Amino acid sequence: MTEQITRPADGYAEIRRVRGIFIAALLLVLALLVGVAVTLGSADLSVSESYLAILAGLFPGTFQAPELAEVIVWDYRLHRVLFAVCAGFGLAIAGTVMQGILRNPLASPFTLGIASAAATGASIAIVLGAGFLGGDYLIIGNAFLFALLASMAIYGMARYRGVSSETMILGGIALMYLFSAITSLLQYLGSAEQLQAVVFWMFGSMDRSSWMKLGIVAAILAVIVPYFIIRAWDLNVLAEGDEVASSLGVPVERSMTVFMILSSLVTAAIICFTGTIGFIGLVAPHITRMAVGGDHRVLIPASGLVGAVLLLGADSIARSILAPEILPVGIVTAFLGVPFFMYLFLHRRDGGW
Amino acid sequence: MVRLSVSDLAFSYRDRPVLSDIAFCVDAGEVLGLVGPNGCGKTTLIKCVDGILTPCRGRVALEGQDLARMHRREVARLIAYVPQSITNHTSSTVFETVLMGRRPYLNWSVRPEDEEKVQEALSLLDLDDLAFRQVRELSGGERQRVMIARAIAQETKAILLDEPTSSLDVHHQMAVMEVIRSLAEERDLSVVIAVHDLNLAAAFCHRLLVMKQGSIQGNGIPADVLTAATIRDVYGIDAVVKHDLATPYMVPVPSGRRRGKT
Repeated sequence: MTEQITRPADGYAEIRRVRGIFIAALLLVLALLVGVAVTLGSADLSVSESYLAILAGLFPGTFQAPELAEVIVWDYRLHRVLFAVCAGFGLAIAGTVMQGILRNPLASPFTLGIASAAATGASIAIVLGAGFLGGDYLIIGNAFLFALLASMAIYGMARYRGVSSETMILGGIALMYLFSAITSLLQYLGSAEQLQAVVFWMFGSMDRSSWMKLGIVAAILAVIVPYFIIRAWDLNVLAEGDEVASSLGVPVERSMTVFMILSSLVTAAIICFTGTIGFIGLVAPHITRMAVGGDHRVLIPASGLVGAVLLLGADSIARSILAPEILPVGIVTAFLGVPFFMYLFLHRRDGGW
Repeated sequence: MVRLSVSDLAFSYRDRPVLSDIAFCVDAGEVLGLVGPNGCGKTTLIKCVDGILTPCRGRVALEGQDLARMHRREVARLIAYVPQSITNHTSSTVFETVLMGRRPYLNWSVRPEDEEKVQEALSLLDLDDLAFRQVRELSGGERQRVMIARAIAQETKAILLDEPTSSLDVHHQMAVMEVIRSLAEERDLSVVIAVHDLNLAAAFCHRLLVMKQGSIQGNGIPADVLTAATIRDVYGIDAVVKHDLATPYMVPVPSGRRRGKT
């Protein structure tokens, strides 16, 4: 017989230890993955040249690297790698918060129609040239605006019909079809080049990353993610149901509105730059919940790290599997995400998540 | 000593009135049973008392303080609520779920005293062995006990329970009602409990509040309230009320027998 856990508080200490180990392990994996990812690429750079180039950029006086290596690493690879980390982190956390407040394992930026709304926004910019921001930010601005509009529409429907997970999910599916139809119509009306541009946008990729875009996404995450973590107890309690949450002292409607707006903002800020990247926001929270349980104090940062590992891993695969060809990462995440989703669907029949 | 007082309370869902002219008090250490047919407004009343629903008229006060003027967090330190059905699909363990009862006191990290309170509540409801099982894996009766344990960990002055015995077998019905009654008496809690089973209510509640179509039909000790006339009036059935045990109990009479005397 193994030794019994005699006091529940000891068992809780054990849970805390497991959580600490999980997060530490994730940080390690992520660091390794970043280390590998900066050496990957079509340019013929050796591993040491890549690292030397990073160091040369950070400490220009101390280290010297070939100029070409420095350009390739700093202007092409590094921001892309870090952007994948931030995007995965943000999408996973947005998914975690949405699943928590909607109490639904299917809630994610992708399944709620937010991603297809962003695609419609981008298509309008590409095909009709219409948008509220001009120049380089025409497509990005439209995608961002439409993503936010879609999440507001879902939330509005849910408020009108009563906030239940079914309402949100069904509303999201309806919106997803509506926006797909609009996008298809625009593709039909557009020229061959426009059609190609729309399709390419929808694949979702890290190719369009830049230091500036990385800065914007990182800044948004730096403000919103700590707020989610600070309010983790409220998310825990909301996951138990509106009435229980209210009786435990959480102002339910106000909190749900704030959480929905902020998680949509995070999603919109990421997918307007990357295009449609599915499954990270759906799958990362599930994996993390299985490993560390449902306490959002740990779940939020841990699922963010899982998302970062998944997206950076997927992008590394996308860059190397058919090298020198670079696949759009959205295709890779779908290939990785679908089998996992099937597993979830087939094996977890207890109705839980 | 009057602990919880409800006066002149009314509530409607959109245009449909659900509760009207509700007034009652609960003393410290007292268990008040809410009885009445399906749809008479028991659940709505409990939600109004806790402020989960906002009544359209009336006042709910705890020790003289109007609850409507307080923050939700303050109310949560005074009144706990145990919902009727639990549709818990999260992956929280029993321990973590009971720990949520400490939310009104927690800032972010869990203090040793919070763990102590949780442990105490778990032991009281005989849940020690289940502490690290996931709530969704438990049976209906076990979940019910988890919800009660959470309310106890909340350390309030009043607890409102919405049919806590509905999914329990007879053994656990008795066990849960006994825990609730002794908690009320030992910790000086005010308890309001909606119960379907009239005999269970009569056996364990100090007082019964009989509701019909959103208003109060009777309020008193079980021996006074549980009468054949009240049962016929409220439930529309014939019943015989017996007094040969410590508390009164009733036996429904099938309508075919038309009030056959036993």
